[in-house]
Amino acid sequence: MSEKIKKDIVIIGGGPAGLAAAIAAKEAGCDDLLLIERDRILGGILNQCIHDGFGLHRFNEPLSGPEYSQRYINRLLELQIPVALDSIVLDMNSDKRLLISKSGSLQEIEAKSIILAMGCRERARGALSIPGHRPAGVYTAGAAQTFVNIENIKPGNKVVILGSGDIGLIMARRMTLEGAKVEAVFEVLPYSSGLPRNIQQCLVDYGIPLFLSTTIVDIVGAERLEGVAAAEVNLAREAIPGTRRFVPCDTLLLSVGLIPENELALGAGVEIHPVTGGPVVNDRCMTSVPGVFSCGNALHVHDLVDWVSDEAGRAGANAAAYVKNRESFFSEACIPVVPGTGVRYVMPHSARVGHQLSLAFRVNEPLRGGTVEVAGHGGIIKSEKFARLHPAEMVWMEIEGDKIGTQAPLEVRLRP
Amino acid sequence: MKGEFICVVCPNGCPIDAEFTEQKPHTLLKFNGHRCPKGASWIRQEIENPVRTFSTNVLVRNGAFLLASVRTTKPVPLDLIAPVLKEIRKIRVEAPLHIGDVLLSNPVGTDTEIIVTRNVGKR
Repeated sequence: MSEKIKKDIVIIGGGPAGLAAAIAAKEAGCDDLLLIERDRILGGILNQCIHDGFGLHRFNEPLSGPEYSQRYINRLLELQIPVALDSIVLDMNSDKRLLISKSGSLQEIEAKSIILAMGCRERARGALSIPGHRPAGVYTAGAAQTFVNIENIKPGNKVVILGSGDIGLIMARRMTLEGAKVEAVFEVLPYSSGLPRNIQQCLVDYGIPLFLSTTIVDIVGAERLEGVAAAEVNLAREAIPGTRRFVPCDTLLLSVGLIPENELALGAGVEIHPVTGGPVVNDRCMTSVPGVFSCGNALHVHDLVDWVSDEAGRAGANAAAYVKNRESFFSEACIPVVPGTGVRYVMPHSARVGHQLSLAFRVNEPLRGGTVEVAGHGGIIKSEKFARLHPAEMVWMEIEGDKIGTQAPLEVRLRP
Repeated sequence: MKGEFICVVCPNGCPIDAEFTEQKPHTLLKFNGHRCPKGASWIRQEIENPVRTFSTNVLVRNGAFLLASVRTTKPVPLDLIAPVLKEIRKIRVEAPLHIGDVLLSNPVGTDTEIIVTRNVGKR
């Protein structure tokens, strides 16, 4: 037996995006809302991110993950926003009906608006096609982080890390502080995919070597991992003969990319962008299904939680506006926002004409200095110089509303 | 000695080229690439006495979680991270714990406090 409930706004996910979205929706005047979280506590991935550096932009303080999320949880409690913990959304359709399992009982909710804030998941070994054995000791960096920071389990003593994403770098330091020896970090790309500050304070500080253009070509060990074979790669990412070497280790951590969590969105027919892996949205964070909004790492993978909170706040306020007056959303003229030369993707994918626009983008490869220009109605409408551009660092630009006309799409590109 | 450093004071992340003496503790001789005075004081600190904040966990008795995360409130010299960690490892605390609870003051003579960064209720 399932009971049926109606809600104005349902927020799926109680991590930083869901928290900020719920707070913004409530502050924008929506009283009939529900936040759904599958864990027993709120805060999402921040619960295991005990390192500091969160909130530098929003609070001007270097907070740890749990401290950052607690500020939002406190505000949520203050606003008396209803929360369903230990609850998981099993299904969602384009009519915004949700099927929810809470401690074994099913519940149906019909929402006027849904905010997708499910975050992202890690790419695992299966996605990499590394040949070799299937021993214990191979984990994603995030799983190891849960072991060390939540469960009080040390995953191993001699560690190799594949991928130089930020979680891998953070775990290199964390494992070192826990007394493990981190032998090496291997990165298949010719540059690191983590933030430069993390290379310094997580690897260089502890003398951990980072090998670029290098990957793992074999995993060895019958029951427990005994070691990995590493090899240098060419530009086509093929192993270069003669560069293979064996590195003994009992633990391999994978930090090889994050995938926005969108199984529910797909089920509801939400259009997914091939590059970001998240929904296609306009500047209101609204997806191709009217009334369904997306924010945070479910929309595109961020490098700073501060930006997640900002974006989710916009999604929450817009969802509240949608509930109040959805007709107004259908008469809005939008123009496409597209990446040009040297730009991997731009967020959002379309923008309302005449509205102030915060756009975010990532470049294709690291650059020492460059000018980014936005072309639109009547030529170049904005250009900005950067001392340094890096794929690991998302860049934001503000475009004044009066510069966004109806005639042409906005193209964000590097000036040659 | 020469090296390139990425300033971590703000998101601009200026690449700073620095020249410094061979023997430790290093003395900064020349630098360029910074775009503000904060970058200049940062590179001097970074070369002559690098300091870092860090985080770890302490064991909790009778808590809803096994561990409470903790962090330094002020950066400590890089070389003192290991001795400070050793002091933190000796700590055993009883739930409940609240964000901001001070567990250690000035460990091994450093000018920092070790504070709790996770609320841990009673089990």
